[in-house]
Amino acid sequence: MYAATVGHTRHTFADLKALLAAATPLRSGDALAGVAAQSDEERVAARRVLADLPLATFLTEAVIPYETDEVTRLIIDTHDAAAFAPVASLTVGAFREWLLSDAADGAALAALAPGVTPEMAAAVAKLMRNQDLIAVARKIRVVTAFRTTIGLPGRLSVRIQPNHPTDDPAGIAASILDGLVMGCGDAVIGINPATDSIPQAMALLTLIDEVRQRYAIPTQSCVLTHVTNTLAAVERGAPVDLVFQSVAGTEAANRAFGIDLAVLKEGRDAALSLKRHTVGDNVMYFETGQGSALSADAHHGVDQQTCEARAYAVARAFRPLLVNTVVGFIGPEYLYDGKQIARAGLEDHFCGKLLGLPMGVDVCYTNHAEADQDDMDTLLTLLGVAGVTFIMGVPGADDVMLNYQSTSYHDALYLRAALGLRPAPEFARWLEGMGILDPGGRVRDLPPPRLRALLTPAEGAA
Amino acid sequence: MTRPPVADPWATLRAATRARIGLGRCGDGLPTAPLLDFQLAHARARDAVHTPFDAPAVAAALDGAEGVPAVVEVRSAAPDRATYLKRPDLGRRLAPESAARLTPGTPDIVFVIADGLSATAVHAHAAPTLTAVLARLAGWRIGPVVLAHQARVALGDAIGERLGAAMVAVLIGERPGLSAADSLGIYLTLDPRPGRSDAERNCLSNIHPPDGLGYDAAADTLVRLMHAARERGLTGVGLKDEGAALPKPQT
Repeated sequence: MYAATVGHTRHTFADLKALLAAATPLRSGDALAGVAAQSDEERVAARRVLADLPLATFLTEAVIPYETDEVTRLIIDTHDAAAFAPVASLTVGAFREWLLSDAADGAALAALAPGVTPEMAAAVAKLMRNQDLIAVARKIRVVTAFRTTIGLPGRLSVRIQPNHPTDDPAGIAASILDGLVMGCGDAVIGINPATDSIPQAMALLTLIDEVRQRYAIPTQSCVLTHVTNTLAAVERGAPVDLVFQSVAGTEAANRAFGIDLAVLKEGRDAALSLKRHTVGDNVMYFETGQGSALSADAHHGVDQQTCEARAYAVARAFRPLLVNTVVGFIGPEYLYDGKQIARAGLEDHFCGKLLGLPMGVDVCYTNHAEADQDDMDTLLTLLGVAGVTFIMGVPGADDVMLNYQSTSYHDALYLRAALGLRPAPEFARWLEGMGILDPGGRVRDLPPPRLRALLTPAEGAA
Repeated sequence: MTRPPVADPWATLRAATRARIGLGRCGDGLPTAPLLDFQLAHARARDAVHTPFDAPAVAAALDGAEGVPAVVEVRSAAPDRATYLKRPDLGRRLAPESAARLTPGTPDIVFVIADGLSATAVHAHAAPTLTAVLARLAGWRIGPVVLAHQARVALGDAIGERLGAAMVAVLIGERPGLSAADSLGIYLTLDPRPGRSDAERNCLSNIHPPDGLGYDAAADTLVRLMHAARERGLTGVGLKDEGAALPKPQT
């Protein structure tokens, strides 16, 4: 039991997970789960207790039992005590101060990552303002590679997300080309298929691969289908670059996704066996998002931000090329409005980077959330300052298959221009060769005859 | 500024997708026309979420449809839209005074018209869809048509159980997208009672003619599923629609 007296009121918290939940900035999902603080004062009282808690507590007290949850076992069994040593004697509050200090530079933070558990990252995030989350995250660069190198300083990569409600090849090709001529696609060209079948996934993989080879584009492809579908596609000879999977922070939530750690390992081994990577061997693409464990009724009373950080432990075990928190997709019962979405996006990006992951964010919202494009502009800009690894590129920000709003190719160009960022180096060279990127790093309008020549093969796909 | 297109290089590809491709640029920003197009679509979607359910208008539209024995209006335990959006659990439970308005019987099927996330969809498409369905149900004992405010799909379980229905079909406004704010869905559940999972339902979605699924096609599919559910004694993932493939949504 944990307790704090504030003025004349004594606040008690039954256990570590109750304390973490009560300390979390207000969000609708924790209220829905019945774990949120009962008052604003109780929330700050919980933060005071948390601030005085030794970081090492998280190595001996699990929020979900070791015996019954393979994610907990992964976290504890892979913890690197030597990496943890520099902060082993700190409380959570002192850890926040150390992270903000000049002693915690990029090299120190990179060395620390294997010593940080998700619960430590989540706990310290709860004591941090948005500004702190940005200031620390921007010191951390996580570099990964497949055919392009992602995450280098001064770079911002973009996933082309060319979804179509019926997986129409010409429609998808049109959205891909729109992104390419706007300088996007260096993170991945990744399609969410409308229909969940192996032949469909294989057809889409072949479609992207043909576009990639026709224009000799240094990038990687992905069809965001279940890992078992991708395994079957590999067996049948499909051109699989990245293996995708949604992952969550509890064994039960992953079971609801139809996965466990063993099948993720199978997926990674299968992708590596194809040897399609050239620059580096990061072959996994994971997506996450606060609320997924609660949505699967598999949260064990743990708040949604802590569950989310635990998903990053799953992700980092497989050395992914990309990890994307789809922050506003889940809906207002988990993140109610633009303020809660922005906070969650910054928390996820910070926690992922602190744990050593190449974090991207799908800056997004649904039409029943209290949010609009202005909120997305704000979060996008904050994440750019925080050094986000990649963002989504959706034509006009309108995903016509998944029916939500993300960021557009235009948004990506805005962020690169505003902060002086460039695409991944291999991809930037290709853009220059194609005449899309000028020597100053600006995307230029192709002359209409050149654009027409680029688009014509896609018209033939119809 | 965008240059006036002599011949739009994107014209052919634009026909292949509703995606907002080839919008042009001012610097890195959107030209004003597509900026405002997006805002209009978002405004319509927001209005669809927040427009109050006009149950009397839907009841009036059903007046005279064959096979409608009675119309009952109920509310979920979510008192208002803001609560509804934050508390899906409340949207799945009947308000106590509403439960008392439902008289138990032994109908073969109960139809629930629920606002869901788009009253706009319900106002536009619920009555004509239900009218088309009822015209195909000679011989079925039809329970009262229940008009439900602040309702989630699973509210149909509580309603169906209370009415003693063998199965329940919930016609509900789907989450609006930018391309369609008026899309109606139907969820069919055999032996409804609270606690049923979504895997125990069959779903038709995207009913919004002329762009989406039409009323007669939706009615044909639903009635086919109802017969199959009655014969096989189940709904959900174990019950596949053996009819012709649904028409694809038009792009």
